[in-house]
Amino acid sequence: MLYRENGQFKTTYAADQQTFPIAQDRWAILAILAFAFLGVPLFVDEYLLRAILIPFLILSLAALGVNILVGYCGQITLGAGAFMAVGAYAAYNFHIRIEGLPLLLTLLFGGVAAALVGIVFGIPSLRVRGLYLAVATLAAQFLTDWVFLRVPWFTNYSSSGSVSVANLQILGWQIAEPIDKYLFCLSWLTVFALLAKNMTRCAAGRQWMAIRDMDVAAEVIGIRPMVAKLSAFAVSSFFVGIAGALWGFVHLASWEPAAFSVDRSFQLLFMVIIGGLGSIMGSFFGAAFIVVLPIALNQFLPALGRLLGVTVSTAGVAHAELIVFGVLIVFFLIKEPHGLARLWSTGKEKLRLWPFPH
Amino acid sequence: MNAGGEVVLDLQKVSLSFGGVKALTEISFDVREREIRAIIGPNGAGKSSMLNVINGVYRPQQGEIVLRGQRFTRMTPYKAARAGMSRTFQNIALFRGMSVLDNIMAGRNLRIASNLFQQAIWWGPARREELAHRERVEQIIDFLEIQHVRKTPVGRLPYGLQKRVDLGRALAMEPSILLLDEPMAGMNVEEKQDMCRFILDVNDQLGTTIVLIEHDMGVVMDISDRVVVLDYGRKIGDGIPDDVRANPEVISAYLGATH
Repeated sequence: MLYRENGQFKTTYAADQQTFPIAQDRWAILAILAFAFLGVPLFVDEYLLRAILIPFLILSLAALGVNILVGYCGQITLGAGAFMAVGAYAAYNFHIRIEGLPLLLTLLFGGVAAALVGIVFGIPSLRVRGLYLAVATLAAQFLTDWVFLRVPWFTNYSSSGSVSVANLQILGWQIAEPIDKYLFCLSWLTVFALLAKNMTRCAAGRQWMAIRDMDVAAEVIGIRPMVAKLSAFAVSSFFVGIAGALWGFVHLASWEPAAFSVDRSFQLLFMVIIGGLGSIMGSFFGAAFIVVLPIALNQFLPALGRLLGVTVSTAGVAHAELIVFGVLIVFFLIKEPHGLARLWSTGKEKLRLWPFPH
Repeated sequence: MNAGGEVVLDLQKVSLSFGGVKALTEISFDVREREIRAIIGPNGAGKSSMLNVINGVYRPQQGEIVLRGQRFTRMTPYKAARAGMSRTFQNIALFRGMSVLDNIMAGRNLRIASNLFQQAIWWGPARREELAHRERVEQIIDFLEIQHVRKTPVGRLPYGLQKRVDLGRALAMEPSILLLDEPMAGMNVEEKQDMCRFILDVNDQLGTTIVLIEHDMGVVMDISDRVVVLDYGRKIGDGIPDDVRANPEVISAYLGATH
């Protein structure tokens, strides 16, 4: 009843081409943003921020990047963790080697460095596709793992191999407390989600999707596969690189290469598959699913055990958590292979017609 | 009938083989400005290969393509698109995950001037450009009478409409030469009539030169100005429909020779 386009007549193409053509969507997004910026800080505690919200925001940003490459351009990647690492370590090196470089620029430069590395590792995509490309991008993962572990220059000759940053600030705003970190990450995510939305609905997005859906036809209408694929790799790695820099600088503050291992790459790929390939919204759903579910299970399983009168050991919970998590992923992929975003849009379509079936 | 224009596309002794199989043998023919030029022939005659050579999907071992006086020994799809050629596909090659509108908008790709940064920001040049292209695309949608499905993903459309969207995407490039690969294959009579009307209108109103492959003899003879006949990769006939129809070699290729 509430979610209706009836009566929202558009008389110009401009009105039809806005970011959110349906008025209810516009209001909902504004409300969510207002709540995230103003409402959330009023009642969250430190645990919620540190364990759930900040990782969710940063991984959403990374998932957005992965979704541009995998979901929109159809180029499968297992190297997302590597590009996060490049972003983080590049930003770190800019941070310590250039005196007084503003934090914003440091993080952006980290993203740019990741984009350049992404273009290099995107070159195989011009020749190979599918699983073969996945293996080629996996090489990026192993290479960066090795480089940041073995080449001491990148870690500024730190003896333990881990690096740390402190005293982050922008124009006198100290980003030290979890709530500051949360707002900082939220701002990045808001801006970049908007940029991603714009790119994907413009000519760039159409080029990517054309290459994904039918590359011969794309070439015939004048899309150069090289430009389309490498631009997708660049934009994707830029997003992922910035997410990596935020992960290192803001979330961890002190990290070693293991923070960006191949596990992270898989995790990001799962996020976009579960969330929905080729959907901006899906990236958020996927990140929420992957970040929140293990923690929720962790809380829920012992309670369930007590209810049934079984005492579950901590190790048991940890194992059960993995099992249930895996089962849920398989269940979702069978029931809804297009991800949570498809459920969402089906739901919206139903709501639009409710209470009528057609 | 406008068969009198100057030659815009000239194929000179084109030969194409896949391994040991000769798909095309020394084929030469030309296409004149504003005409409808049909390529016909039995199954496996090399018609689709011919079209793929013209717009650079296949690279012939021998021969040249002269497009408005410019010689191409190595045509690529991108060069062909730049030179004003567009095409449709026999087994519809639409972007299935995208809406009708996006598919046709994708056809405007070569005319997009804004860069990725401008598009990411949206406000400004990218938005102005997008709206201008949308207007042109809407004219094409009106022309093809597919207004009611403009936001539908093409994968959900029936076959006949998909064929129209395919034509729409090709038209969005505002081509000077349009290549149509069996535009009426698998259609019923009404859909064929609609498609014929669209093809004739494009030729007539926009002055687009059309090269088409078609199986339906009636349609070909009715709408085309000149016809090339291929059989086993060789050219066996070339001329206006009435001459081709009377050509004994063509008759034997189609009906079998009387011995």
